[in-house]
Formats: sequence, structure tokens, C-alpha cells
Amino acid sequence: MADTALDSPATAGHDDHAAGHATSTGLSNNKLAMWMFLGSECLLFGGLISTYMLYRGRHEGSPTPSQLYNIPLTSISSFVLLMSSLTMVLAVSAAQRRDDRNTTTWLTVTALLGATFVGAQVFEFTEFVHEGLGFTTNLFGSSFFTLTGFHGVHVTVGIIMLMALVGIISRSKFPGDKAEVVEMIGLYWHFVDIVWIIIFTLVYLIPS
Amino acid sequence: MAISERPSVPALAGNGGSAYVTPSSSMGVFRRPVSTTGWRSWVFTVDHKKLGIMYGVVAMTFFVIGGCEALLIRLQLAAPNNKVLSAGAYNQMFTMHATTMVFLFVMPMAAAFANYLVPLQIGARDVAFPRLNAFGFWCFLFGGIFLNTSWFLGGASDSGWFAYAPNTSVAFSPSHGVDFWALGLQITGIASLTGAINLIVTVLNMRAPGMSLMKMPIFTWMILVVQFLLLFAIPVITVALFLLSFQRNFGAAFFSVEKGADPLLWQHLFWIFGHPEVYILVLPAFGIVSEVLPVFSKKPLFGYKFVVFSGAAIGFLGWGVWAHHMFASGLGPVSVAVFSVATMAIALPTGVKIVNWTMTLWGGKLSFTTAMLFATGLIIEFTIGGLSGVTHAVSPSDTQQTDTYYIVAHFHYVLFGGAVFGLFAGFYYWWPKVFGKLLNERLGKWNFWLMVIGMNLTFGPMHILGLQGQPRRMQVWTDFRAGEGFFNLAFWNRVASVGSFVLALGILFFLINVLYTAKKAEIAPLDPWDARSLEWMTTSPPKEHNFDAIPHVHELDEFFHRKYEEDEATGEIRQIATYEDIMAEEMAHADKHFHMPSPSYWPIILALGLPIVAYGIIFQRILAVGGAVVILLAMFGWSLEPSVADESDYEPPTDGGTTKELATLG
Repeated sequence: MADTALDSPATAGHDDHAAGHATSTGLSNNKLAMWMFLGSECLLFGGLISTYMLYRGRHEGSPTPSQLYNIPLTSISSFVLLMSSLTMVLAVSAAQRRDDRNTTTWLTVTALLGATFVGAQVFEFTEFVHEGLGFTTNLFGSSFFTLTGFHGVHVTVGIIMLMALVGIISRSKFPGDKAEVVEMIGLYWHFVDIVWIIIFTLVYLIPS
Repeated sequence: MAISERPSVPALAGNGGSAYVTPSSSMGVFRRPVSTTGWRSWVFTVDHKKLGIMYGVVAMTFFVIGGCEALLIRLQLAAPNNKVLSAGAYNQMFTMHATTMVFLFVMPMAAAFANYLVPLQIGARDVAFPRLNAFGFWCFLFGGIFLNTSWFLGGASDSGWFAYAPNTSVAFSPSHGVDFWALGLQITGIASLTGAINLIVTVLNMRAPGMSLMKMPIFTWMILVVQFLLLFAIPVITVALFLLSFQRNFGAAFFSVEKGADPLLWQHLFWIFGHPEVYILVLPAFGIVSEVLPVFSKKPLFGYKFVVFSGAAIGFLGWGVWAHHMFASGLGPVSVAVFSVATMAIALPTGVKIVNWTMTLWGGKLSFTTAMLFATGLIIEFTIGGLSGVTHAVSPSDTQQTDTYYIVAHFHYVLFGGAVFGLFAGFYYWWPKVFGKLLNERLGKWNFWLMVIGMNLTFGPMHILGLQGQPRRMQVWTDFRAGEGFFNLAFWNRVASVGSFVLALGILFFLINVLYTAKKAEIAPLDPWDARSLEWMTTSPPKEHNFDAIPHVHELDEFFHRKYEEDEATGEIRQIATYEDIMAEEMAHADKHFHMPSPSYWPIILALGLPIVAYGIIFQRILAVGGAVVILLAMFGWSLEPSVADESDYEPPTDGGTTKELATLG
């Protein structure tokens, strides 16, 4: 790792056999790959959001969106999710200081906040179904549950990654550079949060 | 096989002391695969060269399958009131023909070239993520097999390759075919997406010292553009396929017109993916001919920068033209005008490329090897297809041509005359690189001429048929109202059917050539074509680790510039070194220590979980849960396994030596 100074901390990723050399861009392979993946995810959510925007007015046979949405509840869960980005930053910072204890603590807190969000979403979905909006009820239902469901699955995958990371770090079995992996999962986590800001605004706040 | 020498020091020594874990202690039970010969050395490999060959072999197999489907279609249309295929079988046949050729032949064959050549062309020892590369291959293979098992499980998809809603709804397509289609493409999409991320990172991050972006071989450039197209196009089709699967398997309403759905949603999503897709198919071929033409003209590529930027421009513009597939759907005059003009604009960078290739040939010392024949064939046939393409850009004319054989003629000229000819040029050009033997030129000429004649006989008459109004996807025709004289539909349909068998014969010659070449003992010289780029600056086939010493790059066409020098006074090119000199020099300062990524079980296991989930969704939901468990466990196994194996993974060498040289490919 002659040139790791280019990219602190060290660029060695567990899938990066070229870790012995500086990369052409100076950005580590793992991080560049995560950025590319997130770029691709933008189009995935772009497609889902477009579908929802096309169909949100077509709610024949169910209560209207404004009757269904519980804005205070969703605002609180959105706030919880946004705060998890803060705790994620603290986890990355601790990982860069090689402070394993604080890293695992903040990762756990992040995962718990994420789980709270998912819990609120499950609660919200159940409420909607009780009030007469199912996945198959109408176009609004299909596209609402698909869009927010895809986001919820992304958060859930993030929680699984965070918890796996906590488990691996605390047993100090770690192939590769810890701080970088924490940072990569952090990138993913922040991305999922940013997508939620867009979804929350477009789906809940703008009246249809 | 990825181990080139036994690691004599713990993997990646000097890695800031981070604790590497041996896989045997992290997962407890598994030792890593270490075979260097036999089937295990292929199934668990992460070597980009072996994966490239595997991509090629599987894609070729699907090419033959897709070709047989095409022949059945042409047999059905060879005579009036023919009964070779029932209407239902015919629908499945053209759907699977297109799906196979697009997703299971041209895309993975381009991936075969990219996998094999990109690391060699940029002077790298492998791709950035070797296990991800293996995973991509297995996703493609399993996805392709999954898709084709639909033939035996109630019938294949019958809704056309672009699967317009509401034709894909359960009411109109009650078999599981569309389910197989949607989920199968989802799996091969994962292959494309992971491949795209992998190759982008490889190209951006792992170039040899001195190789700036504008000194990259042109093929690598075109592959880079294609990977960006894939990166952004695949998620769009992913969304579309999810909506379709949810519609069919979970009762969602996305395409239920009776619930007020808008069928154009599918068309938009599909073509936002689908139009970049056509550049995904053809740009790798453009890259190949841009390598082949200079070598066999003994001239540098004319206007390298223009070829690079026009490739990138095609990539950008390709995102703004999707609705030209939908001119007949009533988009309204403004949309139609905008997309019409944008589509005409894309002819410009494409024309730039044609001009550059022609100027490369101009004044060169041409040698018409089979590779060169295919490359020049591409220029001509693709131009014909490009010209009929411009007639589609003119929307009033397009509304006449929509859903006729004229469209079929057009896209076969650009995809067969473009993409497939490019790939065949690549076969002949790089065969000695990959297998160390030259394909037979005599058989190659038969191969080329039969393919050229066959394709023009098959697809040429389709222009006439289409302009006469023969609809696309028409299953049967009658002699009644077949027309008179030159425009007799019966005559031209028969010509096209005969042509398709000539074409098939040409491809048979290629397969015979492959077998013939495999049998012969004669080894090709290391630089048989007097080539220009880095991949020829190593052994053929390349060693496990590609290069003994990572080359330092000073010029575009580095290998050429090491062999030749221009006399400043006279402007004459004279040879200053032979490839033997250059190789010997490279050998002299070979790297002593490097660690290649080690084989792994996880990519294939993880990929195996995907079709299990897909079968589960279609037939028995509980099976999907099982598949998901396999996927989850494989992910954990994967992330706990270091990419380079530890010393303790290996049995002690039996011969008492400390270094075990492993066989190279062959």
C-alpha cells in the first residue's frame, strides 16, 4: 500500500486484489463501485416514482390519499430515519478513529432507528389495508405499496448489513479495511435516506 | 484458475496490518476450492479469461438455439398456408428468438469479449471484482436456462420481445411463459448490472501506469460507454419487469386497463431501457471493428478522438430517442416532432464513425483476412440498416412502416449486419490470442461469404415485403392477394426462407472451423497480425496473471509504437524492435510477487439461489423462501471470505517444493 495516502484510510478492500497498487482515479475500487451502484439505484427509484406519480390519482374504490395519510405519524418516522443518518456519520467517524466500541454502538443505534422506521411503515400499511386500500385494490394502491415497499426493503437490507457488520466487528473477524466498509454501507444508508426525502415530499406532502 | 503461485507470504502482506481471516476459521467448514485442472477449475474460477471463454461458449450455444428458432419461423413462412408451427407455437418462437438473440447471445457475447480483453487491453491482471465477475456469469447462465425451461413447463412467453401490455396480462397469455420471461430477464439483468459496475471500476481504476483515458484502446472505450448505458438502463427494465411480475403473480393493477391503467406506461419504461439497449448491442461491435480495421490497413485509426467522442455521443443521445418506437401510439405532435428530430440527430455521430472507418481504410495497405472481411462487411451492411433507420426517424413514413416487415429488415441489418458481424470479426481477430491457434482462413472465407449472401437474401426482401404491407409477426400467408410480378409476396417470402438457410450454413462453417482449429497442432505466432494494442504484448493464451511485468504506457497503440518508429525526415515507418525483443524486455523485469484472486464457491451458490426463488414465485411460494435462504447464506459466506486465499487453505505441497506453478489455460 505504497500510495494509500492518496485515499485515507487504506484502500484495501476484500475484493480488491489490486490493493497493492494505487488506483488510477485515487478512489478505492470498493467505493467507486458503491457510487456506481447508487447511480443505478437512482434510475430504479426514478422508474418507481414515475409510476406512482402517473397513478396516484387513480384511487377508485378506496379512500383517497388525503384521507389515508397520517402525516404526523409519517413525519415522526421520517425524522427518525433522518436522525439515523446522523448516527451513521458518527459510526463512520468512530471507525476511522479505529474505535471499535463506538463504531459498533453507533451502528447498532442506526440499525434500531432504521427498524423503528420500518416498524412504523408496517403499522401504516396495516392501517391502510384496514381502511380499504390493498395492494390489488386499484392503481393507486399498487403503485403506492410498490414504491414505499421497495424503499422499505432497501432500509431492511441496510439494517441486515448494519447488524452483520456489528457482528463481524465485535468478533474482530474482518477481511479487509473496516473503516472503508463502514463508510460504504454509510453511503448506501444515506442514499436510502435521501430517496425517502423525495418520496415523503412527493407522496405525502404534495396534495394530489 | 486464479492461483499463479503459492503465496509464500500471507496474503497481501504490508496491508497496514489489518487482520485477514482464513476462510476455514470464518465459515468453519469449507476449504476453498484450489483445483487447477478439471471441471472444478472452471466452475469455481474467478479468472476473467476463463469466465470470458465460458461466456463465449454459453452465448454461442444460445446463438445456435436462437438460430434454430429463426429457421423454424422461416420454414413456417416458406409456403402458403403452412402448418410447420401452430399460431401459438409461432408466437412463442418469435418471442424467444428475439429474447434469446438479444439477451442470451449478443449481450453476453459482448460480455465475453469485454471480460477477456478489457483487463488485457489496459494492462491489468484481472478485473476489479473477480468473484462478482464469476457471479455475473452464473446469473447469465442460470437465467438463460431458467428462461428456456419454460418450453417444457407449459410454454414459453408469447407476447413478443417487447411484451406490450395488456398482451402480457393473464387473460391474453395464460401460460407461465410471461412469468418465466419476466423473472428470467430479471436474473440476466443482475448479470449485466454487476458486470457493468465491475468493468467501469476496472477501466477507471486499474489502467497500467501512463494509460490516460485518451490512450485507451478503442474497444475498451466502447465497452466503457456500453457499461454506463447498462448501469442506467438495466434498473429501468428491472422496474418494468417487477411491475409485470407483480401484475401477474400478485394481482397488482399496473396494466389492468379495466381499472384505468395506462398501457403506455409499459411502452415508455420498456423503451427507455430498450433504446439504449440497441446501442448496448452494437457499440461493442463498433469497438471491435475499430480495432480490426487499423491493424489490417496498417494505419492508425483515423480520428481516434472522434471515434471516442462519437461513441460517447451515441451513448448520451441514445437516452433521448426512445419514443421513436412509439410514433404510432398517439403521443401527440410535439412529442413526435421532438423525438423525430432527436432520432435524426443520432445519425450524426453514427455517420462520423462510418466516415472514420472509411478514412482508416483509405490509402492503407489492406489485407483482407476473414476478420477484415467481417469488419468491412459491417461498414456496408450497417450503413444499409442505418439508412432504413433514418426513414423511421421521419415519423410520417414511420407510421406507414410500423409493425411491418420493413422494421424487421431494418433491425436485422443493424443487429446482424452490425453487431453480429462485429462479433465475428472479433472471433477471427482474437482467436489466436485466446486459444493460441489461428482459425482457418479458407473456412473463414466460406463462413463470411455465405453469411453475407445469406443475410442479404434473408433480410433484403423483407424491405419489399414490409413496404407492401406484410405485417410483422404474421403466422401464415395465403396465395390469395399475394400480389403480382416484382411485388409478389410469395416469391420474396420464399427467397427470405432460402436465404435464412444459406445464413445458417455460413454459421455452420464457423462451427466447423472451430472444431477444425481445435484439432490442428500448429501454434499461432504471438503477434500474428502485427497488432497495435497491449493485449498482444503477452503470451497467447496469456498466463494466469496476464503480464509478467505491468507495462508502462506512453502512447496510444503502445505495442505498435514499441515496434515501429517514424523517420522524422522522410516520414517513413521503420521497425525498431520485434515482438520477441519486446517480450524479452518485459520478461527481464518480471514482477516476483503478486497474488491473484483465489477461486470461490460462493458466486455459483449465490447465483443458484436466484432461479430457485423464481421457480418458487411461479409454482410454489415456499420454494422461494428456500432460495432466499441460499442467497442470504451465500452472501455471508462471500463477505467473510477474503478474495485472496490464505496459506492455510492449501494442502502442503506433496513434492516438497515451496512454489507450485500452475498450468496456464489450454
